[in-house]
Amino acid sequence: MSRNNRIPFYRNPVYRGIAVQITVLALVLWALYTIFTNTVANLNERGIQTGFGFLTETAPFAVGFSPFIDYKLGETPYWVVFLIGIQNTIIVSVLGILAATILGFIVGVARLSPNFLLSRFASVYVEIFRNTPLLLQIMFWNFAVFLPLFPGPRESITVGEEIFLNNRGLYLPKPILTESVGAWALLAAVVMGIFAIFAFNRWAKAKQYHTGYRPPGRLYGLLTLVVLVFLVFLIFPAPLSFEIPELGRFNLTGGIQVPLPLFSLWFALTTYTAAFIAENVRGGINSVSKGQTEAAASLGLKRPTMLRLVIIPQAMRVIIPPTISQYLNLTKNSSLAVAVAYEELVNLWAGIALNQTGQALVIIAMTILVYETLSLLTSGILNWYNRRVQVVER
Amino acid sequence: MRALGLAISTFAALALSVMPASAATLDEVKERGHLQCGVDGGIPGFSAPDDEGNMAGIDADYCYALAAAIFGDSSKVKFTNLTAKERFTALTSGEIDVLSRNTTDTLTRDATLGVNFTYYNYIDGQGFLVKKDLGVTSATQLSGAKVCVQAGTTTELNLADYFRVNDMEFEPVVYDTSVQTREGFDGGACDVLTSDKSQLAAIRTELADPEGAVILPETISKEPLGPAVRQGDDQWHDIVRWTLFALINAEELGVNSENVDQMREESTNPSVRRLLGVEGTMGENLGLSNDWAYNAIKQVGNYGEIYERNVEPLGLEREGSVNALWTEGGILYAPPIR
Repeated sequence: MSRNNRIPFYRNPVYRGIAVQITVLALVLWALYTIFTNTVANLNERGIQTGFGFLTETAPFAVGFSPFIDYKLGETPYWVVFLIGIQNTIIVSVLGILAATILGFIVGVARLSPNFLLSRFASVYVEIFRNTPLLLQIMFWNFAVFLPLFPGPRESITVGEEIFLNNRGLYLPKPILTESVGAWALLAAVVMGIFAIFAFNRWAKAKQYHTGYRPPGRLYGLLTLVVLVFLVFLIFPAPLSFEIPELGRFNLTGGIQVPLPLFSLWFALTTYTAAFIAENVRGGINSVSKGQTEAAASLGLKRPTMLRLVIIPQAMRVIIPPTISQYLNLTKNSSLAVAVAYEELVNLWAGIALNQTGQALVIIAMTILVYETLSLLTSGILNWYNRRVQVVER
Repeated sequence: MRALGLAISTFAALALSVMPASAATLDEVKERGHLQCGVDGGIPGFSAPDDEGNMAGIDADYCYALAAAIFGDSSKVKFTNLTAKERFTALTSGEIDVLSRNTTDTLTRDATLGVNFTYYNYIDGQGFLVKKDLGVTSATQLSGAKVCVQAGTTTELNLADYFRVNDMEFEPVVYDTSVQTREGFDGGACDVLTSDKSQLAAIRTELADPEGAVILPETISKEPLGPAVRQGDDQWHDIVRWTLFALINAEELGVNSENVDQMREESTNPSVRRLLGVEGTMGENLGLSNDWAYNAIKQVGNYGEIYERNVEPLGLEREGSVNALWTEGGILYAPPIR
């Protein structure tokens, strides 16, 4: 390399690249700084107070639904309200993701079914639910279907005087472990039973590996669980008691309550997202080459077995990535809950708390942070799962 | 280098857009050619579209009057429907010029939200609406009830206070808009609906079976409702405040949309002459034309006419209520225009 070939640093693409990067970074920082100072100046000028001080103040309003975190009117501070909002968002998102996955898979597979009626029905389902706005669906199910369909609390539909369904929600008996040896025995029995299921399954796998014959390991495990629990109930008279919902002057009280807004929202999110997941499943199955189906058929496998053992495992790597984004969408879409009075994060925190305190900046920033975290967590877990599925493939 | 240029201009635009806003609302409104008024849009008698799709009600009429005072033309106003949660942000961010949306004046709002309240165009109190067949006759029997309420309102806070003070339990069912709250109550999602009594009267008329619901006698709070403006523009605050005062003074002086022309020609009462711009420079002091109040009264009517037109049909009697003029035993008391 001779001296003449050396180019001056200002014409060197590497240095120029770095220079541009630094300039852009400086501009971004400057813009952020400007936004920050201007916001502060504007807030001061308009007499809007801001800060984190309000988080420890007592929330002056009531919260209706909080299954796991205690809310006591007049004692609970704002930061607990924030936690309740996150809790309720997670509850409806997890329920929605589970149900939408199951329903989506069924519909997706049904859409490719050789049964004409079934596949048409699945197509109609997908087209209707995918092509109408979600907010409309949520409000439709809540106000037009469930509210008028279910009777009032006084005329609740009951199953055996223990389960009640009315237009306020679903009321189930709440199991309460009485603090006794029996309760611990029951807990131990359940844990041992679950352990047995895994152990038998493992044993069955090993047996299949050696002999080619697979004993029904899961069934043995389940039987062990049932027998153990039965034994506990036989030895200890009342390891478990139930709190049965009771009708008060206005409402049913006690027991486990699934309020109607949660149910409506869950239902709408499930049916809506399932339509998209069904399309992902259909795409995934279609992506598996026809030779695989034919090969499986030539082995004499029935269609359900063929799907379960040959096609779905190969389709998963196509299905999972777009389904991750559907899970994220479902989580974010749960913020439409305010229309039917379900108290998730946006309704409770970015809505009620924001309006009662006026702390828009802090509250919106905290809300964004939660959704960001939930999104990253969801996609992180599923990407990890996806990589595992991918490794199986050669 | 094109990318860099693009980046620079984007950031420049960003930085400009967050520069402190200028304070002269009146100039902005005049330049724009119309007033932006924030209302609820779903409460008959206060602000709701009429049969022809025009916004009508006591809150909407105030905005028509303000437009008439500024432009001499009451039609130069555009309405923005806002939920209780959106209203203050819409006002402080400059999306609307004036908030005329049955908003309660409270210390927290006044001191921390960057808004200023003016005066009251309706003085209200919170009550409860229940289905008749529950057999409830008093709010003290409501323990254990599910209560439909609109999110982000003083109503929500009074409700919590009232049940706490009386040692009763309740479960809130919190909706976003007045309309959803009504639908929830109508459909049976709750036993009780709570709101300002004027709104309860309006909501009751819209129920599937208005006769099947009853407003309980208790009034559990003070709800002085009136227009609000952004903090930091005193001239605009004055205009919004005094336009409301002008409508109330007009009623007190017996000036209405029918006789306003005649009064302007013939009245010898100095108060009337000052109000209608014949004497003095009242309008000009505010930065408006001198016939500001004349235009408002002529085109929209005085406070009494507005009340009669909008609120009376809801069955809310004015006589003997706090909303009567101070001369009639009420508490509406406007400072003199002089």
